Amino acid sequence: MVHHHQFDALVVGGGGAGLMAALHASKRVKTAVISKLYPTRSHTGTAQGGIGAALGNMEPDKWEWHAYDTVKGGDFLSDQDAVDIMCKEAIDAVIDLEHLGLPFDRTPDGKISQRRFGGHTNNETKKPVMRACHAADRTGHMILQTLYQNCIKNKVTFFDEFQVIDLLIDDGKCNGVVAVCLATGELHVFHSKGTLLATGGFGKMWKVTSNAHSLTGDLPAAILRRQLPLEDMEFFQFHPTGVYKLGILLSEAARGEGAVFINDKGERFMARYMPTMKDLAPRDICSRYIYKEVREGRGIGGKDYVYLDFRPDQINKYFEEDGNTKRITAEYLETRLPDIIEFSRVYQGVDPITQPVPIQPTAHYAMGGIPTNVDTEVLADASGKTIEGLYAAGEVACVSVHGANRLGTNSLVDLVVFGKIGGIKMADYCERASFRAIKKETAADFAQSQIDVLRNGKGGEDAAKIRKSLQVMMDDNVGVYRTGPGLEAAITHIRELQARYKNVAAKDKGMLWNTDLMEAWELGALLDLAEVTAVSALARQESRGGHFREDFPTRNDADFLKHTFVTVKNGKIELSSKPVTITRYKPEERKY
Amino acid sequence: MKVCLKIKRFNPETDKKPYWKSYELDLEPKDRILDALHEVKWTLDGTLSIRRSCAHGVCGSDAMRINGRNRLACKVFVDDEMAFGKGVITVEPILGLPVIKDMIVDMEPFFAHYRSIMPFLVNDTDPGPRERLQSSEDRVRFDDTTKCILCACCTTSCPSFWARGDYVGPAAIVQAHRFIFDTRDHAAEERLQVLSDPNGLWRCRTVFNCTEACPRGIQVTKAIGEVKDALRTGVIA
Ligand SMILES: Cc1cc2nc3c(=O)[nH]c(=O)nc-3n(C[C@H](O)[C@H](O)[C@H](O)COP(=O)(O)OP(=O)(O)OC[C@H]3O[C@@H](n4cnc5c(N)ncnc54)[C@H](O)[C@@H]3O)c2cc1C
Ligand code: SF4
Ligand code: SF4
Ligand code: FES
Repeated sequence: MVHHHQFDALVVGGGGAGLMAALHASKRVKTAVISKLYPTRSHTGTAQGGIGAALGNMEPDKWEWHAYDTVKGGDFLSDQDAVDIMCKEAIDAVIDLEHLGLPFDRTPDGKISQRRFGGHTNNETKKPVMRACHAADRTGHMILQTLYQNCIKNKVTFFDEFQVIDLLIDDGKCNGVVAVCLATGELHVFHSKGTLLATGGFGKMWKVTSNAHSLTGDLPAAILRRQLPLEDMEFFQFHPTGVYKLGILLSEAARGEGAVFINDKGERFMARYMPTMKDLAPRDICSRYIYKEVREGRGIGGKDYVYLDFRPDQINKYFEEDGNTKRITAEYLETRLPDIIEFSRVYQGVDPITQPVPIQPTAHYAMGGIPTNVDTEVLADASGKTIEGLYAAGEVACVSVHGANRLGTNSLVDLVVFGKIGGIKMADYCERASFRAIKKETAADFAQSQIDVLRNGKGGEDAAKIRKSLQVMMDDNVGVYRTGPGLEAAITHIRELQARYKNVAAKDKGMLWNTDLMEAWELGALLDLAEVTAVSALARQESRGGHFREDFPTRNDADFLKHTFVTVKNGKIELSSKPVTITRYKPEERKY
Repeated sequence: MKVCLKIKRFNPETDKKPYWKSYELDLEPKDRILDALHEVKWTLDGTLSIRRSCAHGVCGSDAMRINGRNRLACKVFVDDEMAFGKGVITVEPILGLPVIKDMIVDMEPFFAHYRSIMPFLVNDTDPGPRERLQSSEDRVRFDDTTKCILCACCTTSCPSFWARGDYVGPAAIVQAHRFIFDTRDHAAEERLQVLSDPNGLWRCRTVFNCTEACPRGIQVTKAIGEVKDALRTGVIA
């Protein structure tokens, strides 16, 4: 049986971006949040280090510096109009969060405390600046809790554990979504005037990743299946400090507090490559140099990892070397970084206070995603035409503020700033628009057919095996270092897996909480996204930010200072491009 | 290493009542119980249903009763549990909430208790254009209870909650504590009023199960004690 609902506004996703949008939209129009997880389980809750805003609570700072750092960090692919909005609004956004109850750590005079983070600088001295506002190393947890608490206060309507698998798109307009109620297995059609997508990242394409099991790119895949474009899919960030083998993240906050990378020779190698910012150079750069050390035989014991050293005596030694008068103690670290110290103890059996921690780059963040303009309206194509009634914000969206590489603390800013703008713009739209008619009887058909194939399939293929094969291959061929032949091999491999996927049959045939079936459906989404990722990466014959081609090791602004748009039409992948918006900051070489 | 996992299975579409089923697995000693459950699901029996997301103990999805103790499956390891269970690891759903399928319980009663204590900052004064100021000492006062991830390990390990599902439960009291002791909040009295209900604070018999169960290391019983003191004395300190 198919159920029907009608709301003015829908928010798909209950993470930071979705809840922020819902808080603002629900004040004005009838709004529902649909989320496949209980909102408090969203991945925003795992964000550790901080949210960047030029509050200047600790030392002089300006939002214009934050904007420049963001553009430079993004290797000049960021759209600078969007960056200006984000960095300017970040200040009020953080103050708003404090007013909503967020328990930030405090300075001695009671203000919001800030710390250093990779790529954030005082533009005059070029030295790291304290810009990341934090609540210990669980800033994302506190943002998620605070926003959820305020949604409860404002009595926002939630459909928890409903998984959206299709969008109702008709004549270039969006009229709602179709979701599976996980508890019953039944389909629900949500008819709306406005729909905002905030479903987060899709790092489960890779094996070693900081991303949750749930981050499978369901909505980007639904967008592709409705023949709409995705933007800059070749840009995926590999964070330098994942727990060796597991990929669990150890926040950059550790380096913000003074931790350094060490190779097998005991050398602080980042000082050699990036003499000013050293270990606080942006993530793409650190990840590449870690693997460079590994390739040149200086991984620990000749293996594929290096150390992150945050033993207090070592940190103090390097502070002294850098002419920094600050000194820290073990107790200080335990209060500033309690969770990541615990992760390392629990998941690696290594005590960071007394031992260096084995780390390796881990697939972390999607710079690309669903293209939007600065009002969060989803784009229908590279010309800037929009899809009426459809919005996107947060990690799933590409507005694009992060360009080719996101700076630490800038995702949380992106969520709250563009989540809020999205909620307001969608409410504006819902107030002036009326419901467009939908064909109720057939609205769920496309979704139903996708489920039926998996439930009734007779084929012998196994989703878990295909997923594993995809993830291992993506680590090998579509990781930190890429080559033309490697990407071609990846595309061939993905297409073989897609062919096998047609014969996947869910083993669980039931209706209630059929996670077997939903995981199989999610694998289909991952395969589709992997394909467009590899194709976009192959076409970009240059190296920029998170996308590094060994066969084209330099940035090529003449040919590639542009965003990639990718669509799938009649089974064929089509690429096009959109110019980068450049206002104040002219592209220059990135030095740190 | 060889691992014997005994899982309490239940699928209302096919089973009249829950039953135990054993699975023999070959795993790394430092695999998580979550990995073991995935191994069952991905190689032996796809119908096994569990909730999980982050896989590193911060989202609160996979609270289960593992070897008789409430744990997050992603935060305990097969070697430790094999030792504790003397060669077997038992896994069953958390107690006190209706089981829907396998490890999946109905969380709604838990979240209803959570909502009942007004889990949000109440302060209607004009904060002005900048942040409200708070000293580090005042901030530290409620630091411990801000760590809660609403996993329900505590509430579903509490004998008082098993006995009466209307008991608001330790997790909701932890959340109340987080706001009552926040100097920026103005609704302590209303919350204490809610907790003075017969199904509120006084159902707690100070058994400490909850503290032992909390995967975030929150001093749950201590927090409950502080809220009790506040209710008794009318002083929030
Ligand atoms: C370990 C870690 C640490 C990080 N630390 C930082 C940091 O310190 N600073 C920073 O700025 N950034 C950090 N990030 C990045 C940042 O946390 C994320 O980019 C951000 O939280 C994403 O938020 P979101 O709201 O877009 O999505 P999420 O929080 O991922 O939420 C996605 C939501 O969508 C829902 N959803 C997904 N698919 C569907 C579907 N099909 N149907 C219905 N609902 C669906 C989910 O249930 C969930 O509610 C970190 C990331 C990780 C992994
Ligand atoms: S201390 Fe109180 S709340 Fe905790 S388990 Fe015991 S009775 Fe339950
Ligand atoms: S107090 Fe601890 S055990 Fe209880 S819900 Fe919160 S995190 Fe879970
Ligand atoms: S899966 Fe998130 S807490 Fe275990």
